Amino acid sequence: MSTTSVDLPSHGGHGEHGHGLGDPHHQHHFATMEQQFDTAKLGMWLFLATEILLFGGLFVGFGLMQARYPREFVEAHTHLVRWQGSLNTVILLISSFTMVMAVQSAKNNKKQKTSFFLVLTILCAFGFLVVKYFEYSHKFEEGWLPGKFYRATGDSIPGSHGYATFFAFYFMMTGLHGIHILAGIGLLSWILMRTRRGEFSHTYYTPVDLVGLYWHIVDLIWIYLFPLYYLIQ
Amino acid sequence: MSTHTEITHNHAAGDAGEHEHGGTAVNVKTLVALLILTAVTIGASYIDLGNGNVVVALIIATIKASLVVLFFMHLRWDKPVYGIVAMAGFLFLGIFLMFSLMDQDTRNYYLPQNVHRTEVPLTPGTAPASLTEILPDTSTPATAAAPGSAGSPAAASPAPPTPAPATPAPAAEKK
Repeated sequence: MSTTSVDLPSHGGHGEHGHGLGDPHHQHHFATMEQQFDTAKLGMWLFLATEILLFGGLFVGFGLMQARYPREFVEAHTHLVRWQGSLNTVILLISSFTMVMAVQSAKNNKKQKTSFFLVLTILCAFGFLVVKYFEYSHKFEEGWLPGKFYRATGDSIPGSHGYATFFAFYFMMTGLHGIHILAGIGLLSWILMRTRRGEFSHTYYTPVDLVGLYWHIVDLIWIYLFPLYYLIQ
Repeated sequence: MSTHTEITHNHAAGDAGEHEHGGTAVNVKTLVALLILTAVTIGASYIDLGNGNVVVALIIATIKASLVVLFFMHLRWDKPVYGIVAMAGFLFLGIFLMFSLMDQDTRNYYLPQNVHRTEVPLTPGTAPASLTEILPDTSTPATAAAPGSAGSPAAASPAPPTPAPATPAPAAEKK
């Protein structure tokens, strides 16, 4: 439990003895705790790569439709509220910071600090969803809806499919991102519970680290969503 | 987690344990940089650069994403294999994007008769306007009503050659 040395389980070269063996989290099919940690982390990064491809496909589709309906898309962009998107960007960036602080605290055996930063991260996630709620309800009221549900009037090219296409992409991409935020809240709560139970220490904090990576990729996707949707006018 | 960099760093600097990689100071600096870049990208969007706006927005977004990946996700200090996996994802996304955009951007060069598609999409609302631009003779309803899918709005207002009177027709048709 020494906080002065950095003998993480993953440290090749030194600090391997004494850790891993006898650790209750050490699964028998891994030679060392380091190997176990690296395996989990590699799996997480593979998942994150598929996340990049999942959202990437939607970004490419969005780009192609923007090229096909340039005027409708630019007009539809103006229906999105800049300050709401900007506020959500700031919220997510701060939540990424609190998340990385939580991981750092967990790694350093600081249970109280870990819980504190995890709670802040969860609060940021809820804040994001509250802003999203107001955004979505405004779109519903105005009839800016995807595909055949589109019923807004006053477009400069009436009857064009471009507007409904834009909002199909808008709801698909921000909605899928929102589902990721919801899943993140669940994961963060789970991590918070386990932290409270004292399950993590500098020898075992893999779930905190991996949920952290997930949370950062959700932030990273928003970093691209924000300018492409809210700032193009 | 473990890299040679970190080990040498700890040996060289002789830091206490909490200062492995990252650390509070680095995290705060990263957050501040991200917030500043957000302000920059919002500010840049108010300057009209034409198509350059998207390019500037994407460059700033990529810088921000790099900061998140390198410092918040610890790739700066991690084993290279995680970075390779992440880069593989971006690489294949890049290939996908590049070929899709190449297709999109070069279509009309080789099909001159389809040039109008980029300007005026073939939708019920806008078809009459594009037809009047392409076909000089709009007095005969037969030519205007000929295209099947876009036929109904075109047939509804075949007489006026200007697109302005044609606008109420699709609006009324839209349920």
